[in-house]
Amino acid sequence: MKNKILIPILALPIWIFLYASLKSTTDFIIYSFLNLEKESHFTNALWFFIYEVPKVLLLLTFIVFIIGIIRTYFSPERIRKILGGKSLFAGNILSSLLGIVTPFCSCSAIPLFIGFVQAGVPLGVTFSFLISAPMINEIALVLLLGLFGWQTALMYVTTGLIIAIVSGYVIGRLKLEKYIEDWVGNLTVGETEIEEKILFTNRIDSGMTAVKEIVGKVWIYIILGIAVGAGIHGYVPENFMAGIMGKSAWWSVPVSVLIGVPMYSNAAGIIPIVQALLSKGASLGTVLAFMMSVIGLSLPEMIILRKVLKLPLIITFAGIVAAGIIIVGYVFNIVY
Amino acid sequence: MNRIKVYGTGCANCKKLEAMCIETVAELKIDASVEKVTEIEEIVKSGIMRTPGLEINGKIISAGKIPTKETLIHWIRENTN
Repeated sequence: MKNKILIPILALPIWIFLYASLKSTTDFIIYSFLNLEKESHFTNALWFFIYEVPKVLLLLTFIVFIIGIIRTYFSPERIRKILGGKSLFAGNILSSLLGIVTPFCSCSAIPLFIGFVQAGVPLGVTFSFLISAPMINEIALVLLLGLFGWQTALMYVTTGLIIAIVSGYVIGRLKLEKYIEDWVGNLTVGETEIEEKILFTNRIDSGMTAVKEIVGKVWIYIILGIAVGAGIHGYVPENFMAGIMGKSAWWSVPVSVLIGVPMYSNAAGIIPIVQALLSKGASLGTVLAFMMSVIGLSLPEMIILRKVLKLPLIITFAGIVAAGIIIVGYVFNIVY
Repeated sequence: MNRIKVYGTGCANCKKLEAMCIETVAELKIDASVEKVTEIEEIVKSGIMRTPGLEINGKIISAGKIPTKETLIHWIRENTN
């Protein structure tokens, strides 16, 4: 069992070699092997596709593996304890950060919410967690990193964090505890300490399971998305989107958010669209606002949360997050 | 008689874990019932915050993940008579 540690150690040099040789391999396939003519639409589109697909998949495997390992250190049970007596704001910052590394699917949203609130985690701090966990998504991070570079990826994480921290803080200050459904308060919540001896090999196992699960699920969307992106790259006119999603259209940010909220897509499906929009003249702030509203504010999750939250609280939650996203959109449009 | 409980509101992962438990119990020829707990009140009472949760003979074994088949066999063997 010890040699499991060897697998990532052996895989790393291979990974680095593959990643470093992507460009020359693509050049070789396109210009030497297929002998395509330079600078044609078709060659450009094909080059983009052959280069981007393995690049994004390599990055995805690497980051999902690392995050899979990091996540074994943070269970919600442990986080609940950490966040217990925290004050507002410091608690908001902490819980937003923890939201990034803690996995939860929307079907866990209710037990998680009740578990937090009942353990004395303030409502606003709980919301910071609930906002940052889906909004800052590792697949979105990888795609932004691969397709746009680290600056954009960093911007995405930073703005996601700011929205989660501020929205949670505002919700906390508004004192909305009375809008939690009454039955929640009457529940007796058990405390379970799941005894698990976690050895480092188990953590590596978790990393590999995460890779198998996530990469196994999204690779097809990534290939399709990049294919669409490649097609748009080669054939759609350059400033096609500028009129509707460009900087000059001031109304484009709120409209993007309004369109984005009812849309429910995973990050793997949305990023290639984002990439295509951007390359055709849409502005970064508008596109970022659209992406965040699609993956961060989802209608199904709100319907699930309705079981524990009364309508005014759900509307406040959605309203504050949407406002945050719109502000971020404008800020980026002004700065870039 | 051993009791295995799978906690979950009914998402795909919860159903998968339940199916795996039923299959494993049959394969190991262990005398055990596999129950699905779907009420939120019950899930919360157990202290589980992520679904699917797995409980064997009153002891919470895991939450929020689907184990590999080998791990599940190991857990069931270790916690049943």
